[in-house]
Amino acid sequence: MARAKKAADGPTALRVVGKALRKVDATAKVLGVTKFADDLSLPRMLYCKLLRSPHPHARIVRIDATRALALPGVKAVLTGKDLPIPFGILPVSQDEHALALDKARFVGDPVAGVAAVSEEVATAALDLIAVEYEPLRPIKDHLDAVEHPEPRIHDYGDHGNLHKLINLEFGDVEAGFAAADVVREDLLFFEGNTHLPMEQHAALADWSPDGKLTLWSSTQTPHYVHRALAKVLELAPARVRVIATTNGGAFGGKSDPFSHEIVVAKLAMLTGRPVKITLTREEVFYCHRGRHPTLMWVKTGVKQDGAITAMHFKSLLDGGGYGSYGVASTYYTGALQTVTHHVPRYKFQGARAFTNKPPCGPKRGHGTPQPRFALEVHFDKIAEQLGIDPADFRLKHLVPPHSLTANWLRVGSMGLAECIRKVVAGSGWNEKYRKLPYGRGVGLACSSYITGAGLPIYWNAMPHSGVQLKCDRGGGVTVFCGSTEIGQGSDSVLAIIVAEVLGLDPFDIAVVSADTDLTPVDLGSYSSRVTLMTGNAAIQAAERARDLIARHAAPKLEAPVERITFAGRRVFDAASPERGISFAEAVQLAEAAAGTVGTVGSYTPAAGAGKYRGAGVGPSPAYSYSACVALVDVDPATGIVQVPKIWIAHDVGRSINAAAVMGQIEGSIYMGLGEALMEEMAYRGNRNVVHKIPSLLEYKSPTTLEMCDVVTYVVEDPDPNGPFGAKECGQGPLLPVPPAVANAVYDAVGVRIDEVPITPEKVFKALRRKEKGEEPRFGPLGFPDLPWPEPIRVAPPWEGGDGRAVEGGKGREKAVEVTAGRRR
Amino acid sequence: MLRLPSFKYLQPRTLQEAVAMKADAGPEGMYVAGGTDLYPNMKRRHQEPRTVISLMGIAELRRSDSGIVGRSNGGLVFGPCLTLTELSDSPTVRRSYSVLTHAAELVSTPLLRNMGTLGGNLCLDTRCNYYDQTYEWRKAIDFCMKKDGHICWVAPSSPRCWAVSSSDVAPVAVAIGAEFLLVGPQGERVVPAGRFYHNDGINYLTKQPDEILVEVRLPAPDGWDAVYHKLRRRGSFDFPVLGVAAWVKWEPGNGNRETGRVAEARIVLGGVASWPQEIPEAAAALRGCELGDDAIARAAAAAYRPAKPLDNTDFDLSWRKQMTRVHVTRALEELRGRR
Repeated sequence: MARAKKAADGPTALRVVGKALRKVDATAKVLGVTKFADDLSLPRMLYCKLLRSPHPHARIVRIDATRALALPGVKAVLTGKDLPIPFGILPVSQDEHALALDKARFVGDPVAGVAAVSEEVATAALDLIAVEYEPLRPIKDHLDAVEHPEPRIHDYGDHGNLHKLINLEFGDVEAGFAAADVVREDLLFFEGNTHLPMEQHAALADWSPDGKLTLWSSTQTPHYVHRALAKVLELAPARVRVIATTNGGAFGGKSDPFSHEIVVAKLAMLTGRPVKITLTREEVFYCHRGRHPTLMWVKTGVKQDGAITAMHFKSLLDGGGYGSYGVASTYYTGALQTVTHHVPRYKFQGARAFTNKPPCGPKRGHGTPQPRFALEVHFDKIAEQLGIDPADFRLKHLVPPHSLTANWLRVGSMGLAECIRKVVAGSGWNEKYRKLPYGRGVGLACSSYITGAGLPIYWNAMPHSGVQLKCDRGGGVTVFCGSTEIGQGSDSVLAIIVAEVLGLDPFDIAVVSADTDLTPVDLGSYSSRVTLMTGNAAIQAAERARDLIARHAAPKLEAPVERITFAGRRVFDAASPERGISFAEAVQLAEAAAGTVGTVGSYTPAAGAGKYRGAGVGPSPAYSYSACVALVDVDPATGIVQVPKIWIAHDVGRSINAAAVMGQIEGSIYMGLGEALMEEMAYRGNRNVVHKIPSLLEYKSPTTLEMCDVVTYVVEDPDPNGPFGAKECGQGPLLPVPPAVANAVYDAVGVRIDEVPITPEKVFKALRRKEKGEEPRFGPLGFPDLPWPEPIRVAPPWEGGDGRAVEGGKGREKAVEVTAGRRR
Repeated sequence: MLRLPSFKYLQPRTLQEAVAMKADAGPEGMYVAGGTDLYPNMKRRHQEPRTVISLMGIAELRRSDSGIVGRSNGGLVFGPCLTLTELSDSPTVRRSYSVLTHAAELVSTPLLRNMGTLGGNLCLDTRCNYYDQTYEWRKAIDFCMKKDGHICWVAPSSPRCWAVSSSDVAPVAVAIGAEFLLVGPQGERVVPAGRFYHNDGINYLTKQPDEILVEVRLPAPDGWDAVYHKLRRRGSFDFPVLGVAAWVKWEPGNGNRETGRVAEARIVLGGVASWPQEIPEAAAALRGCELGDDAIARAAAAAYRPAKPLDNTDFDLSWRKQMTRVHVTRALEELRGRR
């Protein structure tokens, strides 16, 4: 960490970092030259189509592909028994098969795969595959799953159709509630929604006669796909190469290993010909892995001055048909409640249900936008009850920087106060809140997000990110890194950081990323981890190259090595800058003296402070902070909500590329606005649980006409763990948007919409209730009783704990201790 | 990707040639204009023509860039194959038929308006979110009577299909009293827009499959005014979940001045039935009145009652029904404001 601290100490010297630069790959994208996975084509290539289940829940009795195989042009047909080894992104939920083995678990679950000479022939072949199903009662949502433990969708899980049950308690919350002046309970619901990347998933597999498999795929996580392919295909990892093509948007929806990737790989192996698949938009809806629909109950005790005495939070997630990242998602719905405002005692109970719908997983903000929505609406109500302005309420009792939370998260730099002040001043909050005419209102919300998960997906002690650097005698520098460019600008971050350290132009740096044969492992573009983790790895590799080159340039420049400086593509004596040589000459000196100039760097986050079971979700090297004010117009006659403007302030630690930071923040606002107002994964529970609207036309996402004006304030409070102090900005700014809009609707027309999306129908109904003198609210009415396990009890840091679960628990807790002990 | 099936594509140069090609192709032949409705439907296997006959190369259906074929009885005559963009760009249309310009501008997106035509929007296939789905999706619900199945999933006990008329231009054409010239193997005939549609999701046009819509005739702009209001989720892309076309003819007064009283009116709703739904009770509530708040409220209440949206478009149906009242009110208020 000393390395990052050093870099963060010298802001005045930065030449490239922090400027607003074009992304290094932008021109090719804008001109349409960038090759995405579907643009790839190889000689003799076959096309793959997947047959998908028309039943939400059914046993597969028999599959007969004889007629399909007889169709001219069909080269191979695969079914579940050809790929019997299960996989899944998390080691604890290896519950997927590339093709359904004995059971289909949602409408759209892949059942068979065809390789044929054209897409048309492959499509025609699907109709010739006869599948006999024995339908089972479908489980249509989380409440149905609670009521119907049978038939079980999976034969594993914590209880019936409840996949996961979590019960964590940090201190005695009941005592905390007893000490409060006001205790408030609220129920909220966050509907599921999907990523909607413009690029539909595509993959191309090639099997070489030398026994090596190459897969090009639009994936965010080539390393995890590499592992899944090796496992399911029973190939040595050394014989599998995964190349992540530039993603045309991902947002978390391309971070699982997918059926179609494994199927094209197997088909390529069987036919000896390259095989490609490009999913239809409808199939992208079936891949899903998007936002979990989440029912939430929250109870908080506060003192008159707004100080929280205790909080109890319950969540119930509708997980869909498979595990995916769901266990982590469930923990995330309870992890970050504690990092904005001081919560001295905290209890979290979380549950995830299996249902017969496409699996939910990580979408931008992974498991945290739902509880953040609940929390910020809840806080708005508490502030009103206490008679405190919501902005003042949020400025009080903030988590101090460089401190531990009740659930043992280690907060570093913390710029939330500055964020709140920026949006309050910028939006004219004090002149608007409670002062605008009926129908117009403002709402405020805050949030925080992790900058990279503290633990990898699978337990290992190796770095999370690795970088190799090659310095060419011509002066060229190539950065090799496993990180994946998904449009967020990760290739640019690598180029900028290396250019900063070596005094070069970022556009001169060659970036080779996301190729498991060529690049060292980076875990992938998820959890907002890339800038911090690959950034730190890149700094280490570049500083090692700099030191090596400086050592061999110093004698030539007749200057002590400490004075050797790199800037403007030159290497020179800081004391007399005219005394210098070109960077290329300096590399040549080093190469002549020490051989090929190559260095490596890597990054491993520090261990988390919590040692209890479940402590793996939540810790991060750094937390970003955001505050947001939304201005809304509500038409009382229709309930239609429009959002003309949003002010957002985001504590990014330090911008690496100021233009990309603005882009990520604005993009987050856009996505958050869609979730706030209209996006929802709607199903017809009474009609075979089909997805109601699997199309770009009918799945409503805002157009440019619905997008609001955005005023962005970038707050830079450098974090000691970040490269040059940088924290994340790609996910966090989404979080405050839905609650800010909900709070603004209340300011505008006096009704509480405790559920997103905030559709006209809901606002209209709430306004009708208000007219009739009923509770002016639309939202859930109850939280079901669940068979919670005994809580894992952990004392908060200020109550003398050491981050471990207390001794003397029952069976489950003993297991917890064993797990924690093994890990640490 | 979702692929178009293979089909034969023909480009006739004259109407006679087109009619003959259709006769040769038989029931497996279909006409196409802009293709923004037909081609996506073919990808989803709604229509499965083996032969597709394009009307876009027939000069008399397009005639000029403005699409205006000529004038008759003081009104305008259009070739139906002008694109919606060409229609809304025409200054002549905008000057005298701003309601049509406005409705055309509200269809879908700029890109689709550059391809989609006036005639195509008038003949738009009825829509339903049980029907506008891929073959595989429809298979999962065991299909519906509009294609490949036997039941209407929106109203399972119903003998008929309830797919929704989703054109923006059609309610306007009905409201202002447009007429259509059709040409087919049996010769030609003129049909008023109000009799061009059936209230049936499958058999929604009185036009026969082998007839071609050849002219759209608009009445002279003498003493009437009309507006169109469209309700949808977003400001672009979306089909209407409710369209309100409101037309009034003012009572003639002294000289060029009108009295301010409504002589005749027509209120036509889109998006609530399988055809553009005319609401005579709403029109009756306005006749002989000035467009005062009371008269508007009576008309809006009359329009609210027969509007029967079902659960087969965006938004929930009870809200959509409630919105009839609001949007009829707003359309009539706009008409009042334009005097």
